[in-house]
Amino acid sequence: MDPTIFLIQLLNGVQYGLLLFLVASGLTLIFGIMGVINLAHGSFYMVGAYLAWSLTQALGSFWLALAAGIVLSVVLGMLLEWLFIRHLYRRDHLQQVLLTYGLILVFSELRSILWGDDVHGVAVPAMLSGSIALTETLAYPVYRFWLSAICVLLAGLMYYLIQHTRLGMMIRAGATNREMTQSLGIDIGLLYRFVFAFGVALAAFAGMIAAPVSSVFPGMGNQVLILCFVVVVIGGLGSVKGALAAALLIGLIDTFGKVVEFELAGFQVLPELAGMSVFVMMAIVLLWRPEGLFSRRLR
Amino acid sequence: MIKPLTRHSSRRDFLTGVGALAGVSLLPLAGCAKSDKVRVGFMLPYTGTYAQLGIAIENGFRLALAGQGGKLGGREVEYFKVDDESNPAKATDNANKIITRDKVDVVVGTVHSGVAMGLIKVARETGSLVLIPNAGANAATGELCSPNVFRTSFSNWQPTHPLGKVMVGNGHKKAVFITWKYAAGEEALASFAEGYRAAGGSIVKELFVPFPNVEFQALLTEIAALQPDAVACFFAGGGAVKFVKDYAAAGLKQKIPLYGSGFLTEGVLDAQGEAAEGVMTTLHYADSLDNARNAAFRSAYRDAYGTDADVYAVQGYDTGLLLIQALEKTGGDITDREAVIAAMEGAVIDSPRGQWTMSKAHNPVQDFYLRRVENGDNKVIGVAWSALEDPARGCSM
Repeated sequence: MDPTIFLIQLLNGVQYGLLLFLVASGLTLIFGIMGVINLAHGSFYMVGAYLAWSLTQALGSFWLALAAGIVLSVVLGMLLEWLFIRHLYRRDHLQQVLLTYGLILVFSELRSILWGDDVHGVAVPAMLSGSIALTETLAYPVYRFWLSAICVLLAGLMYYLIQHTRLGMMIRAGATNREMTQSLGIDIGLLYRFVFAFGVALAAFAGMIAAPVSSVFPGMGNQVLILCFVVVVIGGLGSVKGALAAALLIGLIDTFGKVVEFELAGFQVLPELAGMSVFVMMAIVLLWRPEGLFSRRLR
Repeated sequence: MIKPLTRHSSRRDFLTGVGALAGVSLLPLAGCAKSDKVRVGFMLPYTGTYAQLGIAIENGFRLALAGQGGKLGGREVEYFKVDDESNPAKATDNANKIITRDKVDVVVGTVHSGVAMGLIKVARETGSLVLIPNAGANAATGELCSPNVFRTSFSNWQPTHPLGKVMVGNGHKKAVFITWKYAAGEEALASFAEGYRAAGGSIVKELFVPFPNVEFQALLTEIAALQPDAVACFFAGGGAVKFVKDYAAAGLKQKIPLYGSGFLTEGVLDAQGEAAEGVMTTLHYADSLDNARNAAFRSAYRDAYGTDADVYAVQGYDTGLLLIQALEKTGGDITDREAVIAAMEGAVIDSPRGQWTMSKAHNPVQDFYLRRVENGDNKVIGVAWSALEDPARGCSM
């Protein structure tokens, strides 16, 4: 492979990985802190994308739509936590899976009623709509660079929030021992509601900023959900750091898996098998470290 | 003398009366069997991703019959519906529901190829008449072809086949083909490769994306590295929007022309916007097709349903036209299976897409148009291939 092309593919992989991290971080956060397996996470991603599309049309600006979309998704998250999720903390994982699977169906039907089943596109905001020429034939959209920058920024912000603020301390305490934290006078119910809403907002925000590059269509949530679970399982359930590492790993494997042909133990491994490469990776990690690359708690 | 005669005659009168009465009472019965409603079953997706397509097909079909006062061969029509949800796992059940439970005379179905395979399986067992208004799986009129199964849309072999000739004609002799790794994508690639090689072109590389993944960046970089004369592709729906947008954003559109099967720019032009301008595709229809038939059809459709017709509505409409022709020939008798099938085989459909006929394997022999996206519309450049017939490989009819 030509070195320039190799570097561009590396960039593609990192960029894809960062976007995956943004979606998966909400999933791993909700599991790590609250112990809730949230299958509806992909639906929030889809809701975010549809919000970006409909709000951009209604408000006339992508940035305003982004701001309004974040507020709406936080409200949605709080509402869902209050209505459903808070009854599940002491329950079995199976019941959480059943409820959140139900939410997938509800959201997909609501989407169909509210927004229809058509495919939509969201225009890239004017100030980011250019491309930077990388080679003679290939240019790289500025928006994708911006996307990566936002993902890195959010990752840093989350790290700071959880490790270096009072709120983060309470969250970590709540994740370690719910009862003890409560008896210290911290309103754990409110804290959990905040965490859940934050997770929902992260997924929705990922959907919103991904909308201009990924288009908006009905099945988008489920597609992302599967990859998110792969990321979370490889990274270690509940570990944000692990999610970041795993997302980058998946991004690179998926990118190079699609274009590189190589021989493995005498077999020709073809790019056609790229769809499998990600899951093969997951299997290897699970055999090697069943608990994932990074351990469970938020450290 | 007269009296007995009268009595005699009265007895005869009575007998004739009874006969007449029997005749009269039989007449409506016979008439009943003949003018009883034709049972038409729609097995289409009414929910899910393909719901719009199912609705467009039904609308088109009903519009065709509306031209006949809603009748088929002079008989009233009764409709039955099953939502197949585009779910292949439920295909056999749904087909049985509409064929065995509702006892329809003819099934119009369906959109999804996997579901169509299930429907055909049941139709081959029961011998029921099936008209496929969309699903493109080659096998339906190939190795699984059957006297009682007709298709009014296209086979997956057809839309990409004329591309090769067009591309070589434009001087693009080295191409990359990119599609999803799934059945329809592979069928599209096989027929493209056949047409392109026959025209003297060579495929530099075949690129696949796992279905329904839409992360194309790595493959676009690969295309830039390969620098082919042109790129041909097969994508539809959300994937088509994203691919066309990504292709333009990567700066490839100006340097390497993009071609595709018509579904690349069908029903998604609004979402693709500026990025689709200049993309060339081949399909058996275009909204802007300039003929009186199409203009009349489109305005009638708009008046009836308040939305614009698309290629799926045309396919539904033609399904109606086919049935109308067949039942006109048989005088409204749909139970005479052989006569109905013979009538359909000989049908010449005067469609908004242009005139077409049935191939021996029951797939349309039709013109394919070259279209270029101009100002958000698929503008017809010309006929890319006239009267293109699917090779119907494996069909022994």
